[in-house]
Amino acid sequence: MFNNFFFIGLPYAALAVMLVGSIFRYLNFGFKVSSLSTQFLETKELFYGSRPFHWGLLYLFFGHLVAFLFPRSVLLWNSMPVRLLILEIVAFGFGISAFFGLFLLIVRRLKYKRLIVVANKMDIVVYVILAVQIISGLWIAFFFRWGSSWFAGTMTPYIQSIFIFTPDIAAVSAMPLAVKIHIISGFTMIGIIPFTRFIHFLVYPFSYIWRPYQYVIWNWDRKTIRKSKKLVNGVRSKNN
Amino acid sequence: MDIRSQISMVFHLDKCIGCHTCSIACKNIWTDRKGAEYMWWNNVETKPGTGYPSKWEDQDIYKGGWEMKGKNLTLKGAGKFKGLKNMFHNPNLPVIDDYYEPWTYQYEHLFEAEEGDDQPVARPVSLITGEYMTPKSGPNWDDDLSGSQEYARKDVNFRNLSTQEQEAMFQLERMTMHYLPRICNHCLNPACVAACPSGAIYKRGEDGIVLINQKKCRAWRMCVTACPYKKSYYNWNTGKSEKCLLCYPRLESGQIPACMHSCVGRIRYLGVMLYDADKIKAVASCPESELVDRQLEIYLDPFDPEVINAAKENGIADSTIDAAQKSPVYKFVKKWGLALPLHPEFRTLPNLFYVPPLLPTMAFVENGTYETTSESFWGAIEKSRLPIKYLANLFSAGNEKTIEVVLKKLMAVRLHRRNVTVGDLPENEVTDPMKEVSMDKDTADAIFRLTSLPLFSDRFVIPAAHREEAMEMLESTADVKGNHGFGFKEPPKRGL
Ligand code: HEM
Ligand code: SF4
Ligand code: SF4
Repeated sequence: MFNNFFFIGLPYAALAVMLVGSIFRYLNFGFKVSSLSTQFLETKELFYGSRPFHWGLLYLFFGHLVAFLFPRSVLLWNSMPVRLLILEIVAFGFGISAFFGLFLLIVRRLKYKRLIVVANKMDIVVYVILAVQIISGLWIAFFFRWGSSWFAGTMTPYIQSIFIFTPDIAAVSAMPLAVKIHIISGFTMIGIIPFTRFIHFLVYPFSYIWRPYQYVIWNWDRKTIRKSKKLVNGVRSKNN
Repeated sequence: MDIRSQISMVFHLDKCIGCHTCSIACKNIWTDRKGAEYMWWNNVETKPGTGYPSKWEDQDIYKGGWEMKGKNLTLKGAGKFKGLKNMFHNPNLPVIDDYYEPWTYQYEHLFEAEEGDDQPVARPVSLITGEYMTPKSGPNWDDDLSGSQEYARKDVNFRNLSTQEQEAMFQLERMTMHYLPRICNHCLNPACVAACPSGAIYKRGEDGIVLINQKKCRAWRMCVTACPYKKSYYNWNTGKSEKCLLCYPRLESGQIPACMHSCVGRIRYLGVMLYDADKIKAVASCPESELVDRQLEIYLDPFDPEVINAAKENGIADSTIDAAQKSPVYKFVKKWGLALPLHPEFRTLPNLFYVPPLLPTMAFVENGTYETTSESFWGAIEKSRLPIKYLANLFSAGNEKTIEVVLKKLMAVRLHRRNVTVGDLPENEVTDPMKEVSMDKDTADAIFRLTSLPLFSDRFVIPAAHREEAMEMLESTADVKGNHGFGFKEPPKRGL
């Protein structure tokens, strides 16, 4: 029951809420889609918090993604102990970096009245869940060694089974508590994306990479208006 | 040739009395909101001074504007690479203390205080935290050279003035100042637009107004860094950036922007300029010494039949071309060559032009009296109190010749008018200066009229916006008649 709820029910609920909620918020409440930067109120300590936090988290995010998409390549890489060690140490390093970043961000937030004023209730949820997620991740990496290898055999099939709508929770049900916590808080994080500032990474501005620098918007195509020749004869304006 | 129209402005600095009415008009309409209290889309600075935000002109600190990297025009502190790399923490972002912490006073206390031995006072409280605070700076803290040791002395435009020249400016009898009202320049090559990763900032094609789409802004806050004039502001409450919108809702209904309408000194002029958009990049990348001249070349003669044809071809309305022909900005900038862009070296091609101040340069004190009867009626411009170099740092990227010519023209107009109204000057004292800048009497009179006795309709020539046509292309206006107006219905509440 416990396992069914948390490893089948929660993932689907979270993914559904995330998808529907994010799209809904994006389309209807564009004004509230923002990274809600607080740098304008405090910049020095943000540097030491935000940079390690984000770079660490981004690495870990892509690490999990690669392990999920290309489990065999990861296993192949890990077939040499030295390479396994390097991968694990680097990953752990980024985990520590994210942890310290988060720690500093929380301290910073509490330290300055200006930042408390702009904190939302959901920001507390964000800090708590990120702390749970990162600490449980570090815990696993430390006490249940070589996750980059066993992930491929246990977690990848589980997550794949979720995505192809034939959930198979045999492997996760047998996992230690730390791993279960990590999975549960992970899906919870996905689920709360539309209700928190997490939404900011869904609107990462990829299009900036290829768009031209200058951006001009015309309210209407003056040329067509001027050249009435272009107007189709006999079509009356919608207005009358 | 890709002709577009641009709403541009001229501010005549000799006429500014530093009353800040413009700032208040703007504040009351647009920025009297939580998170925007510190913003002054229109602000008036005393020069010399450090301005608002403090030392905004120093791009070694703020990294605003464009720069030439070899042959490439790049953003100094933002752009595709730097911007995306610095998203998590933008090292060049000014913080609220570079502007000032906004505050109000506890007025209620004056009424509610318990009876006691002392008079109750209204203590200042922060508009951010609500706590008691001691205001330490404000948007015009250095008004009229107050605290000049702290502010005027640190003016960024002194950087290449010798110590003697600087000292001379600060001798008590020689001290001089003028005001510099600033709003967003609605640039032709806006750095804020180029820096915005979300593409939330855009230039309107029809009139060139630069706006921020509040629904697309994601608080990546690169525009704040990129704008060298620091005219894009971050709203710390809503988590969105905001900037001067040139009162476009007013312009569209034929009214002029509030700051200009309320201007007590009547220093402000607004009108249309036609320009060639194909040339923007080339002009913005030209050598610094040519920047002003090349920028002035980009604006076209609205009487030239070729320009008119090309403009029509490009869909510019007749009413706009007509407005361009009557534009006071065209007269000041192109026809008479009296107005210059502020800090052209930032390479954004600003569309707000300034007639540099002549008055503070002129008078000087000798033997303790205000000297007006030296060899000639007014002292020579080269001997001015305000070093030409200083004005050149402001308005011509350091080119003193450009400033000198403008000042001489302004002087010629004055001498001519003195001659007309009083007639006490020797003939050659009037004709020589006019000849030197090749100005005829009619031009001088026209400049005088538009400077001193313009009608409201001379100062502001607004082209019809033709939004009705734009609207009709999108929807049937009759169907939405009586519905709510523009804008969105969400309250400006901070996101989740
Ligand atoms: C995709 C790339 C991402 C970008 C460009 C990005 C950008 C930002 C920015 C600009 C801020 C505001 C910092 C400030 O106060 O000035 C921020 C804050 C934050 N981001 Fe991200 N972010 C990204 C990914 C993530 C991810 C994956 C997470 C977590 C799952 C995350 C969690 C947070 C949190 C918790 C804060 C608040 C920090 C605080 O104010 O204490 N971000 N992010
Ligand atoms: S003055 Fe600044 S905010 Fe205004 S258009 Fe130019 S770069 Fe953008
Ligand atoms: S209202 Fe006019 S005269 Fe007064 S400060 Fe503003 S620009 Fe100058």
